[in-house]
Formats: sequence, structure tokens, C-alpha cells
Amino acid sequence: MSDARPLEGSQRDAAAEFAKLERTWQSPEGFLGWFTHVNHTNIGRRFVVTSGVFFLLSGILALIMRLQLLTPLNDVLDPETYSQVMTVHGTAMMFLFAIPAMEGVGIYLVPLMVGARDMAFPRLNAFGYYVYLIGGVTFFVSLPLGLAPNAGWFNYVPLSGREFAEGYGVDIWTTMITFIEISALTAAVELIVTIFKLRVPGMSLNRMPIFVWTILVMSFMIMFAMPSVIVASAFLMMDRLIETQFFVPEMGGSVLLWQHLFWFFGHPEVYIILVPALGIVTSIVVTFSQRPVFGYTALVLAVVGVGMVSFGLWVHHMYTTGLPLMGRSFFQAASAMISIPAGVQIYCWIATMWGAKIRFATPMLWVLGFFAIFITGGLTGVMVASVPFDRQVHDTYFVVAHFHYVLVGGAVFPLMAGLYYWFPKASGRLMDERLGKWSCVLVFVGFNLAFFPMHQLGLEGMPRRVYTYLPGLGWDWMNQLATLGAFTLAGGFGLTFWNAIRSLRRGEIAGDNPWDAPTLEWATTSPPLNCNFARQAVVRNSEPLWTWKEENRRTVVDGLSTTRRETIVTTLLDARPQSVQILPSPTPWPFFSAVAASICFFGLIFSPWFYVIGVFATFVTFTFWFLPRKREEVV
Amino acid sequence: MTSWRVTRPGIFAPCLLLLLLPACDGPQSALAPAGREAELLADLFWIMLAGAVVLWLAINGLMFYVTRINVGHMPRRLAEGIIIGGGIVFPVIVLAALLGYGLTLMPLTRVPGDGLRIRVTGEQWWWRVEYWPEGAEAPVVAANEVRLPSGRRTDIELAAHEVIHSFWIPALGGKTDMFPGRDTLMTLEPLTPGVYRGQCAEFCGESHALMAFQAVVLPEEEFADWLEAEAAPARPPSGPLEAAGQEVFLAQGCGACHTVRGTPATGAVGPDLTHVGSRLTIGAGTLPPTAEALANWIAHPGTIKPGVEMPSYDELAPDDLAALAAWLEGLE
Repeated sequence: MSDARPLEGSQRDAAAEFAKLERTWQSPEGFLGWFTHVNHTNIGRRFVVTSGVFFLLSGILALIMRLQLLTPLNDVLDPETYSQVMTVHGTAMMFLFAIPAMEGVGIYLVPLMVGARDMAFPRLNAFGYYVYLIGGVTFFVSLPLGLAPNAGWFNYVPLSGREFAEGYGVDIWTTMITFIEISALTAAVELIVTIFKLRVPGMSLNRMPIFVWTILVMSFMIMFAMPSVIVASAFLMMDRLIETQFFVPEMGGSVLLWQHLFWFFGHPEVYIILVPALGIVTSIVVTFSQRPVFGYTALVLAVVGVGMVSFGLWVHHMYTTGLPLMGRSFFQAASAMISIPAGVQIYCWIATMWGAKIRFATPMLWVLGFFAIFITGGLTGVMVASVPFDRQVHDTYFVVAHFHYVLVGGAVFPLMAGLYYWFPKASGRLMDERLGKWSCVLVFVGFNLAFFPMHQLGLEGMPRRVYTYLPGLGWDWMNQLATLGAFTLAGGFGLTFWNAIRSLRRGEIAGDNPWDAPTLEWATTSPPLNCNFARQAVVRNSEPLWTWKEENRRTVVDGLSTTRRETIVTTLLDARPQSVQILPSPTPWPFFSAVAASICFFGLIFSPWFYVIGVFATFVTFTFWFLPRKREEVV
Repeated sequence: MTSWRVTRPGIFAPCLLLLLLPACDGPQSALAPAGREAELLADLFWIMLAGAVVLWLAINGLMFYVTRINVGHMPRRLAEGIIIGGGIVFPVIVLAALLGYGLTLMPLTRVPGDGLRIRVTGEQWWWRVEYWPEGAEAPVVAANEVRLPSGRRTDIELAAHEVIHSFWIPALGGKTDMFPGRDTLMTLEPLTPGVYRGQCAEFCGESHALMAFQAVVLPEEEFADWLEAEAAPARPPSGPLEAAGQEVFLAQGCGACHTVRGTPATGAVGPDLTHVGSRLTIGAGTLPPTAEALANWIAHPGTIKPGVEMPSYDELAPDDLAALAAWLEGLE
């Protein structure tokens, strides 16, 4: 407990006060207690672990698909199963792994990084998690039951309409994805409020760690992008369940409308995943170079720029739909333009590392892998942004290669880096370096082996989303290479998985700040206290821990209550102390609300009456959730 | 940190690249162009690839340089110069040039054709093809194969019957999607006579993977002769076996779905079979055009192409099946 070092003489009093504070922030124990947790560290950890499980499951689906494509006319999977596996792999990787993982990392780290004791709306946080858990599990379980959607993660109408996608598959997609997006929206709302209002005194916007900036941008992007997919999937749900005609051409609907709505979400979505990853990379580059980031303002502007421009690109998914040339050239310009802020960031990182004595520990290795792969994905991105060229490679394996370079390079590598980097903070123990390096090497080699040949496959005409191919097209050996690479890649991830489990018990004890990092999450114990910080900090720059080390003293806030959950509220721009927020205590009601809402959504597939039931049931649970606290607590 | 040298990202990708470059002339390759647009697009690709390789090496090389070779002091002005010059000025110029280049190529798909118009309709999972020569009042109907005259620009009108498909012959040019309820247009100018493979590029359900076709580019006169032959009704059965086959065809009610011009079969649900024997593949680019393959297809279409609408005729007597296949094979 370095940041609550008691004064001489009053040592016992201070220890007693501290114990009281920790009891106040304690989460109930036991199985039933689990459903009442609201602390952000618990909820954030759940998000990350759950998304990790979905990552493994979806990865296994990818391996099964690669087995099917190992040889021409293979029969590991029949076409219907392949379509389901492909749809679930894509949907789960996006909606059940990538976005929730980023949200989870944000939920876990942002309050720590801004020095807060919890998030602004802890119960909403818990609600969001249960929504994600229930929706995700329901969606995924449809696959082993053979009821999974089979029209691709993009669900183009009319193929996903009533007529061509019979059964419950697409209904499960529309209801559960709409449902899960609610969880993304709740996370976005409270991340924004937490970042704007709960920063410790002195942490003005321009002293916020870059990671917090990226989470802020991600949250705003979620707020603008998710409603679009919610609208689209709700339209499709209604088309299928109550015969509205939004997407039925014969009745005046439009099939292109779906594509516009879907990609207006779908493209920013890629950047929703990428932007926080850039924050992770920045944190690690700074820590392992032991230097403040070079070009802070440029980096922030670049991140904000990426967020904004990403909303003007969606038509590049629709270059081949016969839209007017003028419109398409605008979207080519916008699509290519996004590489400018991305480039600025890369040069800022290079400048940060320039002349620094870099420690090449495992997190840094993953970051280097990120550079190599993400830059490749960015360059092929500029290629496919070109309208004429895209007409050749659109919907081919070239695009499969491109977006795996961007998403695995741009999001999974940073997430792995982040795992090795923050694991000691969350668990108190370091992960094994040797296993970590082997894992990184295997993943890097396996990834390139699996996905690099796909560029060539696409150029040689292999379309995406095919369950098989004929011999004699020159595609065989590249597909074999890709399958070999996929298994190498899986082996690499398996090593990290094993490493994490093993290190939980046997890892080296980490201490508060094993990497000598400069940001506030390292200013508390590992794992963090129930209350995060015994005393909240006061900061004067963006590397408070380095300053404290230099000056050999800490600046902290004092005088918060130890008997109720309090955290400091500050002004939006300059973070001047404003007031104290009293945060709510543990409660099971968010869980019941999530269950009621999920029954409403899931039941909709079978009868519209569930909508009515669901509205009333959630209303009742909300009432208990919001029941005013006892008077003395409110004062 | 020894493994750092092993994982140095600079090594792998270019090696792989060199490894992969040699073979790119498959029948469905965009890098073995045989049409005007495909040629220009292949050029565009090679230029962009060269630029991408140079940039990749430059950025990763710079990183290597500042972290491993020149690890000394960073000149602040130089670093700022690199961020502004390399991160903003340089990409703006390159991207503007690329956009300009792209803009000159984009109108290519809208150049009007030289007279011949082809209408292709995507079905689950085959292609209905109609040839409309200049001034024609009724089309010449065919299926699952597109023949084009070389050196001429042909208008291609695209539609879909049920779900979205995408029409793509990589060796000739880019793809264009086919929509139900909305026509899209493109043009193609094949240059080198030959046989190329096309395939549906938009996921269209269970047998999307098996929705292909052959594109046959013929010299202009040969194309004219072929089109004339294609317009003619089916030839009468050449022997008793074939005559028996035609009878099986009509007796089994195949004519409810298929048209064979010159016979009572006038169905329009499935592909036109008037000249099926002259096609280079059957089952939309899936099987060779032999009597065995035809018999196999008729008996088990759903095994060959899962989800296909055609019912299986595995209850046909082997003799009838053989006769039917022989008649179809003879419909040249």
C-alpha cells in the first residue's frame, strides 16, 4: 500500500480507516454474490475473460473451415454447416470478441488510468455485461444446435429474408445482435461520462493518457455507429417476423438500403476495434521506451481524425453495386485519406522510440509484430480503396487477407501485447517471458503463412465465402499453406492461453509497477484494491508516476468518506475538483433486468407478445434497480 | 533479448512475396489479363504493389534504423519533419496521384458497347444468358456460358432473379453485382481469344461455391457463326439411342422446366438446353460435358450441387438415363 503510507503516530488509526474503506468497496462473496458485483475491475475482467472464450471458440471454427478448404471438393463440412460456421465465425469475432474485448479493457483500465474509484454508472456496467453474456451465449449455442444463421455475418437481403433463409437462424442473429449492441451502448455511455467527469484533479484533457483518448473516441464511435446496425437488424427482424417490407423489392423495399445501413455501422466498426488498440500500442511504446510520447497533440488529433473519417467510408464495401461514378470517387478519396492519420501515428511512435533504450520484453515484441502486419494491411487497404482495382478483388480472398492483416495485426496483436502488459496489474503475477516470446513468434509466422497466400488466391480469382473449390484452378497449394499457417497460429495462441492460466498461480510476483510505467493504473496494488486508490491522486502532467519517483513524493486528495462509495468529480476540460459522486452499492437487479430483457428479445422470435411482456418485466426490474437509497446515504 | 532478431518483421513478408509471385496464370486469374479492363487493372496492381513494397520497407526500415542501428540522440526537428513530411505531405501527394489514376480508369466500365448486348440473370445457382445482337427483336437464349467477340466492346446487362449475385470474369475485367428488381450495367472488351473462367462473387446461399461459368472469347467472324448456330433450333436426334433419349426427356416432364427449341419442351425455370452439348461444362461450371457426367447430374443433382432446385431422377432405368444423356450430349 504505497499510496496510503500512514503518518507516524497515527499508524493504527490509518490502518483501521483503510480497512473500513476496503470493506465499503468489498464485493459480496459466494456464488449468489457474483450476480451482485458492480465494481468496474470485476466487470471489466469478466468482459475480457468472456470475450477471450469467444475468441477461442471462434478461432476453432476458423480451423474447421481451414480443414474444409485444405483440398478441393473436401467434405469435412457440408455446405449448409459451412455457411453456419462461417457466419458464426465472422459474427462472433466481431460482436462477441473484438468489441467486447476492447470495451472490457476500457472498463477495466480507464477508471484506474484516470485515478477514479469506479465508473460513473456501476450498475449499468453490470447490466451491460449480463446482456452481453446472455446474448453471446444464446447466439453461439445456436451453432451446436444446428440452428445458427447461415447468410453470412453481413446478412445481405434478400438471402437473409424470410423466403431464402428459413428457420430461426437469421432471427437469432437479428435479435441477439440487436440485444448485444445495447451492451456496447451502455459501455460507451459510461466510459464517456467516466472519462469526462471522474478524472482526478489536475488531469486536464491534454494530460490524459493516449489510451484514455482512444477509449473516448471509441465510445463516441459506438454511440454513432451502433444505432445504425440496431436499426438495420430491427428492420430485418420485422421483415421476417411481422412482414414489414423494408428490404423486399417487389413491395417497394430496397436491398441496397440494408447494405448502406449495415456498412454505415460496419466500417466504423473496424475502427472501433482498431482505435483502442492504438491506445494499447502507445501505452506500451511509452513504457518500454521510458519516454513520454512524442507528438502528443498530433497523436490525439490523429486518433480523433480516424474516428471522424471512418464514418465517411462505408461505400467502399459497395463499389461493385453500380453506384454513380462521382459518388464512388468521393468514397475512394475518403477511404485513402484515412491512411494519413494512421501514418502520423506510426511516425509518432517511431519518434518516441528514436534514441531510447528500448526493452524488448514480450509486450514490446507483440507491438513490433503489430507494426509489420498492420502496415501491410494498411497498404493493401489503400489498394482496395481504389475503385477500379477493387472491382477485381472485391469479395475475393484478397479482401479476406487484407482485413485479417488489419484486424489481427491491428487489434489482436495489440490485445496480446496488452494482455502481457496488464496481466500483472490484474492478477498480481507476471506472465512467463519465454512462453510469451515463443507464442509471439509462432503467431507471427503462422499468421503470415495463413494469410499472406490469400492475397495471391484472391488475385487468382478465388471468391470469398465458398465452402469448396474445384481442382485445376491453381489454388490448391496456397490453400494448403494457409491451413498449415492457421494451425501454427492456433498453436501460438494456445501457448499464450496456457501461459495465462499457468501464471495465475505460478507467475513471478509483480509488485505495483513491474514495467516502471508512468500512468496511474500502476499507482495502486496489483491486483488493484477494492477501492482502486486508498487516496485519489492529484496529477500535474501525463506521466505522474515518473514525476513522483523523481520527487520522491506523491500528491493525493484526502477527506473522502470511508463508509460509502465516493469518488471525486472534476470539471470537463481542466479537471478542477467540483464535487463528490456517491456510487451505488452491489445489487442483483441489473442481472434481473438483463434476464427480463433477454427473454423479451429472444421470445420475439416466436411471438410478438414477448415484446409486451418484456417491456413490463424490464420496467419492474428497473424500478427495483432505481429504488432510492436510504436517506442518510444520499446526503 | 535474442528472439527479437528472429522475429524481426522485416524478413518474412518479402521472402513470402518472392515465393508466391511465379504462378499467377490460372484460368480465373486477374493477373493473366485477356481483356482491356483487366490489362489496365493488372498494370494498376503491379504499380501499387511496387509502391507498397517500397513503403513497407521504408517504414519498417526506419523503425529498425532508429531502434537498432542509430540508437543515439533524436534530432527533434528531424523527427517533426518526418512526422509532417512522411505522415502528411507525402501520403497526400501519393494518394492524390492514385486517385487521379483511378479516376482515369473508372469510366472504362461505362464506355458504350459496339452493338452486341448480353443480358445475364443470376439464378440460384446458374446463369441465364440472352444475346441481343444489334437490332434484334428477340434474344438468343443460352445458359451457363458467355461467348464474346474479341476486339469488340460488349454491353452486359445484369439482373438477378432471387438473391444478389455478382458477375465476374477476372481475366477480362472487374465484377458487377446483380440485383433482384434492379438492372446493373457493365461493358467488357476481350482482346485475346481463349477460354476463361468466371464465378459468382457474392455469397448467394448453399451452392455459391459452385456457381461458375466459362467465358469463351472468339474471333469476330467465328463468334458470328457461333451465334447463328446458337439461334437455330436443336438438331434432330441422330440415331435411335438419341431418339429414345428425347422421348425420355419429354415423358419425364423435363420440358416443364427446360427449353429445347425445336421440341415441345418450353419450360423457363431451368437452363435452356437447346445446345447443351456444345457447352464446355455442365452444372454451371461444375462438371465436364460428357454423357457420364450428364447422367450423373440427372440422377443426383442435389449431391453434386447441394440445395439445387432440380429434383433427382435416380429412379430412371439405367438404359433410359444413358439414352437421355446421349441425346443431351448430342445437342450441339
